[in-house]
Amino acid sequence: MRPGQRQWWKTSLGVVLTGVMLFPLYWMVNVSLTRREAIRSGDLYPRAFTLDHYRTVLGDQLPYLRTSLVVALGTVVVTLLISAPAAYALSRLLVPGRRVINFLLIVAQMVPAVVMALGFYTVYSDLGLLDTLPGLVLADSTLAVPFAVMLFSAFMSSIPEDILQAAQIDGASYWRTFISIVMPIARNSAVTVGLFSFLWAWSDFLFASTLDREGGKLRPITMGLYDYIGSQNQEWGELMATAVLASVPTAILLVVAQKYVAAGLTAGAVKD
Amino acid sequence: MRGTMDEQAPGPAGLSPAAVSGPGDQRRAAAVGVVEAVRRVRPGTWAGLGFALPLVVYLALFYAYPLYENVSMSLHRFTRATYVTGQAPYVGGQVYDEVVGSPPFWPTVGHTATFVVVSLVFQYSIGLALAVFFQRSFPISGVLRGLFLVPWLLPIIVSGTTWQWMMDADSGVLNKLLGLFGSDGVWWLNNDNSLWAVIIANIWLGIPFNLVILYSGLQNISGELYEAAAIDGAGPWRQFWSITFPLLRPVSAVTLLLGFVYTLKVVDIIWIMTTGTGKSQTLATWAYSMAFGKGASAVIKYSEASVVGSILLLVALAMGFVYLAVQRRQGVLR
Repeated sequence: MRPGQRQWWKTSLGVVLTGVMLFPLYWMVNVSLTRREAIRSGDLYPRAFTLDHYRTVLGDQLPYLRTSLVVALGTVVVTLLISAPAAYALSRLLVPGRRVINFLLIVAQMVPAVVMALGFYTVYSDLGLLDTLPGLVLADSTLAVPFAVMLFSAFMSSIPEDILQAAQIDGASYWRTFISIVMPIARNSAVTVGLFSFLWAWSDFLFASTLDREGGKLRPITMGLYDYIGSQNQEWGELMATAVLASVPTAILLVVAQKYVAAGLTAGAVKD
Repeated sequence: MRGTMDEQAPGPAGLSPAAVSGPGDQRRAAAVGVVEAVRRVRPGTWAGLGFALPLVVYLALFYAYPLYENVSMSLHRFTRATYVTGQAPYVGGQVYDEVVGSPPFWPTVGHTATFVVVSLVFQYSIGLALAVFFQRSFPISGVLRGLFLVPWLLPIIVSGTTWQWMMDADSGVLNKLLGLFGSDGVWWLNNDNSLWAVIIANIWLGIPFNLVILYSGLQNISGELYEAAAIDGAGPWRQFWSITFPLLRPVSAVTLLLGFVYTLKVVDIIWIMTTGTGKSQTLATWAYSMAFGKGASAVIKYSEASVVGSILLLVALAMGFVYLAVQRRQGVLR
């Protein structure tokens, strides 16, 4: 086989494999666009095409989508505020017990979420934080903070010492150095951290279903979708249309910020 | 690894220990280094504490405290009434005995083990095969690799509901496909098959993670090795087993360990597809159902849930230590 042919062969196989992998997502879109009475016949493309499911769902789910957006953005803010300064300290300043903190951050990522949810539930019911947005934001932020600190400090420790020393010689305080030198250099890491904390908070099912069960419309879209599953009427068209809506932010972020996604995926798990 | 100040500090710049001649010199150099380190680092300590304080408070409030509550709940007898009366008598390990002695315990451990092991084996082998497939780039390989990640980043509830519909016994596309081969449909989501149904969905979910990590591990293997092997007449199969697989072992270990921890704690995909009924009940979904209701357990049992949660926590922590040990050993080897 000539090299050109071999490449062509690999590309075709790759397309087929990707197609198989993404088939469930195609199927979700397919069902969401198929008329109710035709869904069970299982056509490979939406032959009985309709947008009705989206029309029904969009009105119903808008409040949930809004809640999800607020919760996800809140989680991004909390995560950045806590992780960036801490990472600066852990990577560039002397912190007593630095090793212990680094160790705890790794362990924290291994704690099963259901255990966290149980603990949070008790604490929140004492504090009256159940079914509130701040409560959910704080709980969701635990999904991202350890990852964020590790990602930030891996990057910040690679900033050349000269730059920081120059700032100190010019009389900049630690705070000033952090704000006007370290953070601007670490901008890409901040985007990656923001992106992942947004996606994780947006996707969260476990905390939402335990700590925000009675929140009514102040519940995220994952709960809006869950309500559909719980109700026994089995409206698969509307269910799938809601699922597509819930996937929109992920799809947008993947297209717009692919570079940052790739940066975050390998961080923490593999060292260079 | 991370370059940190206190690791870089000792010894005046440019003076490596090997360059120092006598033992006395060495000690003096070390002393100079220490003094230097203390002088350079002191003013940073307070700042360091200040910058790290929010994180420390955060870890205490949002990790340590809920975990403490969880363990404490497993040692007290909590009921729904506790939230009204505030009374939960201390019972020591009594609830642990009850939970471990209860009929669902060992079957659930078995389901959990099957779920974790089968998921890991397939996620890893498929992920590795794909990583090798993508190892050398071909037209549009970057785009395809990017698309492979989509299932990982979507909300699990989205994938879960989609799989649930695809596995519908009457009109699910999976049974339609089996029908084409003349096979009878499978009741995917009923009690007996539910474990295999959630394993299939979970393998699908885990492939991107394995692909990403193994692929980045492959990028660190020098292409010259393959060239040399090819000159020696080794075919692709031989190259894989003699070069790729052995050199990838450290990355494989990390992938499998993290995969174990992540798979052990899975609740959402199982809960969404089957609410943990029948054989799909794992330790994590059992704890979830006892505390938060619906599904297999009708009565709310906080203490029992915390017991199962604490057991999970212990296993996860043990694996965390193994993970750290592996990481450390690899750091030394490198």
